Amino acid sequence: MMYGEFKSRLGLRLLGVVFVLLVASGCGSRSGDSNLLTIYSGRSEDLIAPLISRFSEQTGIKVRVRYGGTAELAATILEEGGNSPADVFFAQDASSLGALNRAGRLAPLPAPLLDLVAPRFRSPDGTWVGISGRARVLVYNTHRLSPEELPTDLEDLVRPEWRGRVGWAPINASFQSFITALRVTEGEEWTKDWLVAMRANQPRSYARNTAIIQAVASGEIDAGLSNHYYLYVLGRDTALAAKNHVLSRGSLMNVAGVGMLTTSRRADAAKVFVQFLLSPEAQQYITETTFEYPLVASAPVNPILPAVEEKELPDLDLNRLEDLEGTLRLLQDLGIL
Amino acid sequence: MGAAPSVQLVPMPSDTPAKSRAYGWFGRSSASVGLRVAAGLVALLSILPLGYLVVRAFEVGPEAISILFRPRSLQVLTNTILLTLAVTATSTVIGVGLAWLTSRTDLPGRNLWAAILCLPLVLPSYVGAFALIAALGPNGMLQRLLSPLGVERLPSIYGFFGAWLALSLFAYPYVLLSVRAGLRGLDPSLEDAARSLGRTGREVFREIILPHLRPSIGAGALLVALYTLSDFGAVSLLQFNAFTREIYVQYSAALDRSAAAVLSLMLVGLTAVILWIEARTRGRARYYRSSAGSIRRQKVSRLGPWKLPALVFCSVVSFLALGIPLLVTGYWLASGWGAGEQLGSQWGLIFNSVTASGLASAGAVLAALPVVIYAVRHPGSSSRVIERAAYIGHALPGIVVALSLVFFGARYAPFFYQTLFMLVLAYTVLFLPLALGTLRASMLQISPRTEEVARTLGRTSRDVFATITLPQLRPGLWMGMALVFLSCMKELPASLILGPTGFQTLATRIWGATEEAFFARAAAPALILVVVSAISLALLLRHEDDALAS
Repeated sequence: MMYGEFKSRLGLRLLGVVFVLLVASGCGSRSGDSNLLTIYSGRSEDLIAPLISRFSEQTGIKVRVRYGGTAELAATILEEGGNSPADVFFAQDASSLGALNRAGRLAPLPAPLLDLVAPRFRSPDGTWVGISGRARVLVYNTHRLSPEELPTDLEDLVRPEWRGRVGWAPINASFQSFITALRVTEGEEWTKDWLVAMRANQPRSYARNTAIIQAVASGEIDAGLSNHYYLYVLGRDTALAAKNHVLSRGSLMNVAGVGMLTTSRRADAAKVFVQFLLSPEAQQYITETTFEYPLVASAPVNPILPAVEEKELPDLDLNRLEDLEGTLRLLQDLGIL
Repeated sequence: MGAAPSVQLVPMPSDTPAKSRAYGWFGRSSASVGLRVAAGLVALLSILPLGYLVVRAFEVGPEAISILFRPRSLQVLTNTILLTLAVTATSTVIGVGLAWLTSRTDLPGRNLWAAILCLPLVLPSYVGAFALIAALGPNGMLQRLLSPLGVERLPSIYGFFGAWLALSLFAYPYVLLSVRAGLRGLDPSLEDAARSLGRTGREVFREIILPHLRPSIGAGALLVALYTLSDFGAVSLLQFNAFTREIYVQYSAALDRSAAAVLSLMLVGLTAVILWIEARTRGRARYYRSSAGSIRRQKVSRLGPWKLPALVFCSVVSFLALGIPLLVTGYWLASGWGAGEQLGSQWGLIFNSVTASGLASAGAVLAALPVVIYAVRHPGSSSRVIERAAYIGHALPGIVVALSLVFFGARYAPFFYQTLFMLVLAYTVLFLPLALGTLRASMLQISPRTEEVARTLGRTSRDVFATITLPQLRPGLWMGMALVFLSCMKELPASLILGPTGFQTLATRIWGATEEAFFARAAAPALILVVVSAISLALLLRHEDDALAS
């Protein structure tokens, strides 16, 4: 009993001491912050980390990166307020950047950097700039469908022959941006009618784009609405029986982009980082590794990507994609989400 | 009655010594100030997320009411309630059955089974649900196996069925672990007495064991219910529209923190109802021995002809809950190796995961102790409120708790913000109830009389705590630490948002890789997560025996 008593008391105290010591050591690890450029990246580490280490090697600027979901990180920056440790936000879509901009959290970028990218792929007030483009496509199973059978227009998908054969991902942010784009370019009425007709055609819902590609490749569905690059990302290791097809309507080009925070204490280093992302080297890396479209006009496009002519794209200002709440309400009212 | 203790549950009259006499934490007054302050501080920490939600919900003003009462919110509420009821019932039946089989029968290899059957707890639900879809989904592995037999299409895994299956399979270990601890602390002489009075084995189970297990079953079932409420991975992948999915949509689609807050408050309301129901079923029975007895080895029931069905049951559950996820991750790993994927070193990730989870499990147990002692030894409205308040964080989606700590941390404690301390704090808020439940069940089995006797013999309260209370709390203490540890190992939203920048854990690594469909790269950390957690579980189950033997 004496031994047991000794052991329990010692155990609990030891637990307390170790706890305090370790926590204290954890707190100390934040010293020296001011020399580091802090990046919040909604883009995945697997794709972007090699690029960021190249940046550090070339410029000597030391970097620390917080990886996470784009929406979660944007919400985090909003909640952090003036004390945000983030210098740069590298987002997977334009709408999160737009939300930060509306909250007054993004600082203007230098004009020479902005001018590298076509005006449609950046914020008009110069607070964020697109780094790479992501096209909206219909991905289809090559065993089930021949190129002649493919629809040419988004509207074709509501025809009876497509009943139950198409997949989409209403919960996914990329789908919601796509619907927002339709509301802007085709109008509220058209978008609502299309959604109602689509719903009646019983599309299969998925949680994310990769699930759609896998479902298409396995023949679970014949075609699905997705972003273009997931096909190549999934096809890295195995050959997939699937291909991308660009529709004449609904071929939105959304962007992954970057913005600098007003609260950044390292604005100069942040600008160097944005400049690096728009350099030929980074643009080439992005199109080759992440299979996206480079947005700097002079950069060559990865040849395996489907050709998307700029003139075919709807004349759409990405800043007008801000009314996501309206889209959400529409999708929820129709019972799609 | 002599040495035979009373066998029925005695309702505790309000003037029992347990309530009126002095049982301080380290003091002499009815509840020492130290104990009350400590318990109060823990409760305050736990309701931080609630404070944040109220701030955000007030921003929308009267529109909050319309969000509350629109048909869609009510639909989601109904969905969530149905799912929670179904999952809790299923997990409880599976968990109690398995706990009994693995601790009180002659099931072959029962300790090994116990370890295996607890393991599904270590799987992040987004990995588990993903694996279930790969195996049981349309054109999944099962369907391909069955297609030569002419099976064209399986019943859809998406929706209620899939969410129910996945959550039941990943949550039953809460009941299993909690009930195992309860069984360990149960006085075998009660059963002997009942048998000597002519009760059959089945009657003993129904009349003695089951009622005495009520606190542990209740604690486990409560954890399952709260897990179901707060889980995001399974309901999103399996496409069932529960609260967490709806809240996430508000964040991800519109970055609408206020609408998300209103929905989260609805979730808090639902949690309050569940906590109230659980409190109602608890009653005021006592679960400790009323007279002296000696600790003996637990009785082992012979399964006889039931041995084979019992083994089949254990195998089926462990195959569905653990085998399928392991097979799918193993397949990812193999295909990654085949494609020449570099796996790289995982030591840093293991170190980070274990450090943060270990600290949090210690923190959660230390935080739970004053709350449990206060609630059990000083029952009353204030201790009840404090204990219940500590459950709130566990029912909220991780993203909500994480953002609330961002809100308070960045504003009022910038020095701590995004340090290991902050992450450990978040884990503690999220998983404190895991320690509370098991500790409470253990605490209820300790007789206040023993403490009282020690005190009359001149021991100080501090001594009594160290020599009487703490040693007997050990099974619950270890269980609580283990549950918290395993849950932290797989935690995602808080780890991503609140850890030191650049601090990666096994869970964040798995998530990052699956996000861009690098399944092979996700496989190695996923398997390591299972192995590390399995080792800690094995250590724990050994301690379980030590605690009993001492």
